[in-house]
Amino acid sequence: MTALVVEGVNKYFGDVHVLKDINIEVNQGEFVVFVGPSGCGKSTLLRVIAGLEQANSGNVSIDDKLVNAVPPAKRGIAMVFQSYALYPHLNVRGNMTLALKQARLNKTVINERVAKVSQMLDLEDYLHRYPSELSGGQRQRVAIGRAIVREPKLFLFDEPLSNLDAALRINTRIEIANLHKQLSTSMIYVTHDQTEAMTLADKIVVLRDGVVEQTGTPMELYNNPANQFVAGFLGAPAMNFLPADLLSNGDTRTIGIRPEDLAINANGQLKTRVQHVEHLGGDTNLIVQLNQHQLTVRLFGQHNVEESSNVNLGFDTSRALYFDTNGARLD
Amino acid sequence: MHGALILYMLIALFPVFVILINSFKTRKKIFREPLALPDSESFTLIGYETVLKQGEFFSYFQNSMIVTVASLFLILLCGAMAAYALAEYQFKGNKWMALYLALGIMIPIRIGTVAILEMMVATNLVNTLWALILVYTAQGLPLAVFILSEFMQQISDELKNAARVDGLSEYQIFLTIVIPLVRPALATVAVFNMIPIWNDLWFPLILAPAEETKTLTLGSQVFIGQYVTNWNAVLAALSMAILPVLVLYMIFSKQLIRGITSGAVK
Repeated sequence: MTALVVEGVNKYFGDVHVLKDINIEVNQGEFVVFVGPSGCGKSTLLRVIAGLEQANSGNVSIDDKLVNAVPPAKRGIAMVFQSYALYPHLNVRGNMTLALKQARLNKTVINERVAKVSQMLDLEDYLHRYPSELSGGQRQRVAIGRAIVREPKLFLFDEPLSNLDAALRINTRIEIANLHKQLSTSMIYVTHDQTEAMTLADKIVVLRDGVVEQTGTPMELYNNPANQFVAGFLGAPAMNFLPADLLSNGDTRTIGIRPEDLAINANGQLKTRVQHVEHLGGDTNLIVQLNQHQLTVRLFGQHNVEESSNVNLGFDTSRALYFDTNGARLD
Repeated sequence: MHGALILYMLIALFPVFVILINSFKTRKKIFREPLALPDSESFTLIGYETVLKQGEFFSYFQNSMIVTVASLFLILLCGAMAAYALAEYQFKGNKWMALYLALGIMIPIRIGTVAILEMMVATNLVNTLWALILVYTAQGLPLAVFILSEFMQQISDELKNAARVDGLSEYQIFLTIVIPLVRPALATVAVFNMIPIWNDLWFPLILAPAEETKTLTLGSQVFIGQYVTNWNAVLAALSMAILPVLVLYMIFSKQLIRGITSGAVK
């Protein structure tokens, strides 16, 4: 059984073609992340799935039922918004129960679900507070709680962590991952942050300019990207790209090397000058200059490298990737 | 800064204060020492007695109250609905419609008095409270739509989308999400409209001068004669006319403060 099927979806805003023939399948219980730079159409796609936006063509099926003409509330989805979108004039309980009351569930069921979810999310003490009296992290949990109480077939998250500070973001990320294990419901998660995508996803969908560039598990995309965009977008620090011309004259290809695949090697082919050294404790990043190209080298452990010194770098050619002038992968 | 505000307050309250103290004084004292406080010698309730004995006073009062409250209700309801449609939905002529509605702010409704009177005669509404309610609603709507649509545009789309996902219909979103969030704006509109309606003499005089539909302002005129004016009664009637507006104002201003402190999206 598939939780979600998107077939041939196109969406225009006026003359702008924002979603171009999108095809996606999400299996039952899968955690799928839509990732891409801002303006790539990932949020629009989510809103089409939610039913908040109508596609110009194509089909959306949730739980094997065609939902093109079904209003958002009847699609069996729950959504967590970027700004949390809590109702400011309702307290936490009111926020969580509005949809249930709307669906005319009986009181004991509503109370049971609120009790269960508020315990799960540690919100029991805040049920009578208003959103303005909660911290950012608490509001986030209320927004997630409001989605969980509905017991949907599919969760939709629209950049839920982008309003949190860095430390809280990592904690909440882990909480969401745990939540997915506990609930084992299918989830779709939209983000522009590749770390969130890599850490949370069972399957990543990379979007650019309204086109699905590649779909796969995080490691498939990392090790075997379909094109230069995917290769450069996933991984931090990002992949280094060099004209292959530097290594063998007349080669028009672009060579891509992950920062961790570069190593200091006295016999290395790449003669570079160290610009800057980042000591992270666990890792040491070197920012080096090769002609006018900047490269990042990721060394594990702690290393003392002099700034503005010259180092030779080598790399394992079998780990390098090659792209043509249009950015397509070559092998 | 506070000094300026206090000074302004004193200037604004002074006429009210003079009306209040003089309403408790004998006629002679009102003219001899208009600024003196009532003392044991000059104190009298004759003005209030006259007003209350004139049995119609309560009926005037009731008429004023019905007209004001009903007009405010209609202005807020229709104004909010029109504003929401203009702010939330994109349709052809949206901008022109907003402009057309805003035009009413610039054109004084009294220019159309003769036409309004003709319309009221044609529809048999002369000498009914409906005549006043309809005119005041029309008079208040342009500003109401203008102010409310500005406020409604500020409500985040995500909030309305969250409500859609939660299964609320567009009407429920309007009533249970949007209206509570623009409460401060509603209170502002109510206060702006309430006082001119309560104080108006023009339309009651023209459209509903009958005894049973007289409003308080019009009714108080019976004490002002061509040759003799019963100042005690006029001042007493005016003093009592202040009270209900004061109560309404207090209700709305409380909403105003509560609305502002209710907390936003983030």
